[in-house]
Amino acid sequence: MSAPTRSDVLIVGGGLMGTTTAFFLRRYYGLSVTLLERELVGRQASGTNFGNVRRQGRDLDQLPLANRARAVWGRIKELLGEDLEFVPYGHLRVCYTEAQAAVLEQHAQAVKPLGLDLELFTAEGLRRRWGIFSDGVVAGSLSPVDGHANPRLAGPAFARAAEREGARIVEHAEVLHIEQEGGDFLAYAADGKVYRAPQLLIATGAWSKRLAESFGEPVPLEARAPTMGVTEPLPYAVGPSIGLSSPIETEGLYFRQIDRGNIVFGGGLKSIADPVNIRAYVKPDNTLRQLRELRRFVPGFAHAQLIRVWSGIEGYTADWKPVMGPSARVSGLHYAFGFNGEGFAISPGVGEVMAELLATGRTSTPIEPFSIGRFAGA
Amino acid sequence: MSAPSAPRVVVVGAGPAGVRAAQALVEAGLRPVVIDEGRRDGGQIYRRQPEGFTRGYAKLYGSEAPKAEALHRDFDALRGKVDYRSETLAWNLTPGELHTVRAGEPQVLPFDALLVCSGATDRLAPVNGWHRAGCYSLGAAQIALKAQACAIGSKVVFLGSGPLLYLVAAQYVQAGAQVAAVLDTAPARPPLAALAGLLARPRLALRGLQLIRQLRRAGVALRKGVRPLEILGSDEHGVAGVSVFDAHGDVQRFDCDAVGLGWHLRAETQLADLARCEFAFEPTSRQWLPRLDEDGRSSTPGVYLAGDGARILGADGAEAAGRLAALAALSDLGHAPGRALYQSQHADLRRTLATMDRFRRGLALAFPWPQAQFAGLPDQAVVCRCEAVTAGELRRCVDQTGSREVNRAKAFSRVGMGRCQGRYCGHAAAEIIAHACRLPVEDVGRLRAQAPVKPLPMDTREVLS
Ligand SMILES: Cc1cc2nc3c(=O)[nH]c(=O)nc-3n(C[C@H](O)[C@H](O)[C@H](O)COP(=O)(O)OP(=O)(O)OC[C@H]3O[C@@H](n4cnc5c(N)ncnc54)[C@H](O)[C@@H]3O)c2cc1C
Ligand SMILES: Cc1cc2nc3c(=O)[nH]c(=O)nc-3n(C[C@H](O)[C@H](O)[C@H](O)COP(=O)(O)OP(=O)(O)OC[C@H]3O[C@@H](n4cnc5c(N)ncnc54)[C@H](O)[C@@H]3O)c2cc1C
Repeated sequence: MSAPTRSDVLIVGGGLMGTTTAFFLRRYYGLSVTLLERELVGRQASGTNFGNVRRQGRDLDQLPLANRARAVWGRIKELLGEDLEFVPYGHLRVCYTEAQAAVLEQHAQAVKPLGLDLELFTAEGLRRRWGIFSDGVVAGSLSPVDGHANPRLAGPAFARAAEREGARIVEHAEVLHIEQEGGDFLAYAADGKVYRAPQLLIATGAWSKRLAESFGEPVPLEARAPTMGVTEPLPYAVGPSIGLSSPIETEGLYFRQIDRGNIVFGGGLKSIADPVNIRAYVKPDNTLRQLRELRRFVPGFAHAQLIRVWSGIEGYTADWKPVMGPSARVSGLHYAFGFNGEGFAISPGVGEVMAELLATGRTSTPIEPFSIGRFAGA
Repeated sequence: MSAPSAPRVVVVGAGPAGVRAAQALVEAGLRPVVIDEGRRDGGQIYRRQPEGFTRGYAKLYGSEAPKAEALHRDFDALRGKVDYRSETLAWNLTPGELHTVRAGEPQVLPFDALLVCSGATDRLAPVNGWHRAGCYSLGAAQIALKAQACAIGSKVVFLGSGPLLYLVAAQYVQAGAQVAAVLDTAPARPPLAALAGLLARPRLALRGLQLIRQLRRAGVALRKGVRPLEILGSDEHGVAGVSVFDAHGDVQRFDCDAVGLGWHLRAETQLADLARCEFAFEPTSRQWLPRLDEDGRSSTPGVYLAGDGARILGADGAEAAGRLAALAALSDLGHAPGRALYQSQHADLRRTLATMDRFRRGLALAFPWPQAQFAGLPDQAVVCRCEAVTAGELRRCVDQTGSREVNRAKAFSRVGMGRCQGRYCGHAAAEIIAHACRLPVEDVGRLRAQAPVKPLPMDTREVLS
């Protein structure tokens, strides 16, 4: 037990980025994998997020990755033996102003050549199709085969599947620091155990700054806490996941209805992230503002009741692009973190790409814009 | 009126604990804010009837009438000296600020000290079939009788354990309702330690025995040491009876059209949780309670807990705890008149509370939480009624996902995710999870509370600043 455990790949962080990578490394490439998670897998951002599986509205340079992820979502049951409650009922973005309607239209044109077909709606069209929005809503854009899934289930399910494929998942293993020795990385865990491997993936979400810095690669990364809430169950009526497209942060809003009938919502200002104590606190005024915006958006929600709020800790980079790919300094070292509040949707794509990269040294999906090297010398 | 520099003290709850806390604060020269979601003061046991209703004290409160009258009179005398806000829910709590809502209008109340006197609710354990129409908690059965003068059925079985089981049954008999049986899961012979505890308050213990005699005289079937089998009936027509194993292991069946269920009480601790108070597992009652010192200080500075919301000491204990916690708060704030009152009174109040606590332990031992019953709960029995999660689903979830912690099992199974946020199913769910992964129940943790404390209407407006 005391000799350092060696594997082909060591993954630090058991969120979705870590667990999906572990799964695909085993499933497609058969490399030996050890994943170290500080507490329980899939419980931080990956387990507390809203559950959007959304491609529209992303930076265009994320589209190939998002498309790849969407393809995995479509095979999720076959891969994991459970569906994670993924429903491809569409993702709808709507807006309050003509100016924003023009932005939606432009976006639809821009993503079409990248393989994403969006369907544009007028206010009348929205009314006919859904009939729930207030009069203020003037236009919309539907991505028909996107949707939503249950984030509480996703990370742990990928971890279990990875284990079934032969990965070693170690929970309650906080990595304190990492050293290099004879071509191996040595990860020292809080309980004194040491793990080693020639390849290393850092996938520690909002907590990645310190480890990246220890390899001489500082990243402007901040922890923030998006604010979520859920209502009591209402009669099932809303298929797609729906978001408001707006440049005004305080009116930001998105919601979806789950099978049981509850409306899950999020958006607007962030709450308080305390990454040191691993706590995220919802600010009550954020919740009340969300209720205001929900009523403005869908007047019928005024009659429902809110039963729970929560938040989670997510890593945000200064340029709103993730950090993903090989280190610019250390060979064998890789990163996947800083997904800026939209990593859930693309996580299975990130896992496939990182596994491919770790196993073959290259990937067919373009990820150069996400290279950590962009921050070098900054 | 207190000076502008007077400490801002907020009391949540206008039951026995909250009223006595407010009274102590006023005596010390403060004008506290008192929040209660109820229409009127009095709390659970001394709940006041709506204005204009005229049933007399003796009729409403029985043997407790003098105490009820005293509490109401004293609170009436505080009017004008406290900022009392009825029908106001404390829905959230952040450091130094209580967030309230009244008729859709929210407000933020900054405080230097907060006294949480939030009381208790029924403590429920699932029984196969308890989701059927005609099943009520003991508290609901009592409220139906007290507030609306109606019984939950024409022939009622009471099942559970604890003093309230016998009290409510006796109140039903007295009101002329037909009580088919009182079925207690506690063993017929309580352990010696229980008796020692109960003797801390001999008059109260005697009153319990009188209740039992009263029920016997009325011809009510009394059974101790039962193990619930099923609430019989159908999902369409509701309850038709109750079957249990009696103390000899024989199956007994009692026909009825309504059941009152309850296993003593559980503290309402959501506000303490939001205040980030530390909790500890209390082994006698097998529930997680906020850590407190003798005076009611929680682990969070400025947050004090008193009454049944902190420890189930009953109404008399709540009155003493409310006063003591309020004086401790003032003393901690360096408030001179408050500190003087604290110094002259805390020793007596602590002594009173120590006696009450011995009695609490006695009750918890004599009427134990039916921990042994959960292993045998059939798979199809619903555990979480809000989310319709069955015992089988919970066990499968533990098996398949390896969840060894309640919040983890909640994330996977939805247990405790509904309207009540696990307040009614959380204790039972923890027992089932613990049994399924062969751990002591204290090792699987407790469900963490999140805001809102109770469901918040979505038409709640924003706080105007
Ligand atoms: C409230 C909220 C709502 C969101 N909504 C959406 C959405 O709708 N759609 C969407 O696409 N994205 C959404 N996101 C973003 C998405 O959840 C994240 O981008 C994604 O889950 C990030 O995954 P991760 O694996 O990088 O991070 P995490 O899930 O945070 O995983 C990192 C893991 O690393 C572990 N760790 C940290 N330090 C160490 C260490 N030293 N040693 C060992 N382990 C360590 C942590 O315990 C954690 O489990 C949301 C995020 C939040 C917080
Ligand atoms: C269902 C039930 C029936 C009972 N019946 C009896 C009985 O018959 N005889 C007996 O001796 N004892 C009985 N008890 C026990 C008795 O009620 C308590 O011992 C006593 O009331 C405790 O006083 P308290 O001040 O601690 O709490 P309570 O009297 O319960 O007062 C708490 C007050 O806080 C308010 N409150 C709580 N949370 C919030 C919030 N977030 N915002 C605003 N207001 C809030 C409530 O509205 C309530 O008025 C019963 C208890 C229950 C739960």
